[in-house]
Amino acid sequence: MTEINCQVIIVDKTISEKIFSEKSGKETSAGDIVIARVDRIGLQDGTSPLAIRQMIKMGLNKFEGAEKTIFFIDHASPSPRKELSNDHKFIRDFAKKIGAGISDVGNGIFHQRMAESFVKPGDLVVGADSHTCTYGALGAFSTGMGSTDVAIAIMLGKTWFRVPETIRVEVNGTLPNGVFPKDVMLAIVREIRSDGATYKALEFVGDAIDNMSMDGRLTLCNMAIETGAKAGIVPSDHVTKKFLAEMGRPEDFKEIRADEGAEYEWELNLDVSDLPPLVAKPHEVDNVVAVEKVEGTHVDQVFIGTCTNGRLSDIEIAAEILKGQKVHPETRLIVNPASKQTYLQAMKKGFIEIIMEAGGVVNPPGCGPCVGIHQGVLGDEEVCISTQNRNFKGRMGNPNSYIYLASPATCAASAIKGEITDPRGFLK
Amino acid sequence: MMKGRAWKFGDNITTDHIIPGRYYHLRSNPDLLAQHLMEDTDPEFASKVQPGDFIVAGRNFGMGSSREHAPLVIKLNDISAVLAKSFARIFYRNAINVGLPLVIVDTSDIETGDQLEVDLKKGIVRVLNKDIELKATPLPEVMLRILDDGGLVNHIRKYGDFKLEG
Repeated sequence: MTEINCQVIIVDKTISEKIFSEKSGKETSAGDIVIARVDRIGLQDGTSPLAIRQMIKMGLNKFEGAEKTIFFIDHASPSPRKELSNDHKFIRDFAKKIGAGISDVGNGIFHQRMAESFVKPGDLVVGADSHTCTYGALGAFSTGMGSTDVAIAIMLGKTWFRVPETIRVEVNGTLPNGVFPKDVMLAIVREIRSDGATYKALEFVGDAIDNMSMDGRLTLCNMAIETGAKAGIVPSDHVTKKFLAEMGRPEDFKEIRADEGAEYEWELNLDVSDLPPLVAKPHEVDNVVAVEKVEGTHVDQVFIGTCTNGRLSDIEIAAEILKGQKVHPETRLIVNPASKQTYLQAMKKGFIEIIMEAGGVVNPPGCGPCVGIHQGVLGDEEVCISTQNRNFKGRMGNPNSYIYLASPATCAASAIKGEITDPRGFLK
Repeated sequence: MMKGRAWKFGDNITTDHIIPGRYYHLRSNPDLLAQHLMEDTDPEFASKVQPGDFIVAGRNFGMGSSREHAPLVIKLNDISAVLAKSFARIFYRNAINVGLPLVIVDTSDIETGDQLEVDLKKGIVRVLNKDIELKATPLPEVMLRILDDGGLVNHIRKYGDFKLEG
């Protein structure tokens, strides 16, 4: 603590406390209830219709957050059935009416689009999707809420929050060959468990985070919710700066990090130097074991994509493993690039061609089969290994199927062998 | 005071258990959607459960997606409240927003078929057939205020803005 004029005490803050202090216009710390202005609001096609109906019901007829709002049609995109086509029409008409943005069929996943084009370090973002926590990777506070909460943010441009306590997650060491940020996050989920961080924020620090690409940091923050957390945050640094410059918006960079004496609820320390590739077994994300424990399990489907691992570096590592190889005849490989930009880059770099030559199918940018609506719904007793973030019973559209979660490398190696496979044998 | 029968579930009940993602196309038709409540855990649940009954669970009820349809379909089945040892964060807020009461209480001794009496204001749960009285963790002031107004939509309709303090 630093004392000024013997009266005003400035308390060292976590990143969450800094952002909530700025956005609520008063000094706040963990545990406080605040009303804060939001910088960005997002919704997806499964949560938008209810949010719109709630706005109509509330009848305020003001949309102070409309300019900050984007409706993303990504979950059932393009629409597989008329009910959803009608939902999409309803969303488009409403977005137009209030002057909000729309990211339509073909543009990609909400969270990838937000990271590429909209979110800045220090922003406060709410989204009607639990994986809104993804762009904490940019040094923002972003959190998922339900349709009604987000509807209110659109109408009032603000909403209420409880400022969370923070768990400091320090990750050190150099990632071994064949081990990726997804494995790091599965290790963290295994430690914290699926409800160990409920209502809390995670701050990721340490030299393994400093050396991690923005793609990897997005994977980590994306899965913060799988520990129950409200947000996962990485301090902004040279990696953030480089990423924003590559996205054509260098002016959006700002440095944000916790103060030296910030208070944390507890700390998790992890050294990843000896970490093996991991998988989460059905039906819970914290059911994590080393890949070798389940090696040889037959897989009917392999899915590479989603807001967790559908980015360029994910598709690149998959292509590197699949180059000159063939997908096992009893296994289907499905790939959904996270966004149009990802898809175009993967195409230019030849990754799409490699995947298709190997026998994979490449779906349009979007959530794909992750939510169990279309583009790869599992059959009874089928097993899928996926780069997504959840393996809950029924997640991919069939409660009588089994989902394993792993890195893109483990998934690509498993596609070739037709069974869960350690990727290290496929990497130089 | 609320009275009804308990229906017991385990730990980590996800929003996919509560309302499976494959019924995505029914989200704009809540009455049809509500018929699939807890279907993958108990296929007959929506037809067996009676108005006023309680869902009782272990730890971390409602983990997973942000779908507000999860508490909504519970409410549409006229379930009085959900009792659990703990709730996932987004579900917790969504439930209060749609006006579905949640009770944080040690549910270890409650079983399916038990007759419950819940006093939300006092935070007391009575298992009538077992003569047990359980003390619930009180909901935060903000949540009680929103719940008292019948959910967040009614709160905003009433005040035109947030009115979270006395």
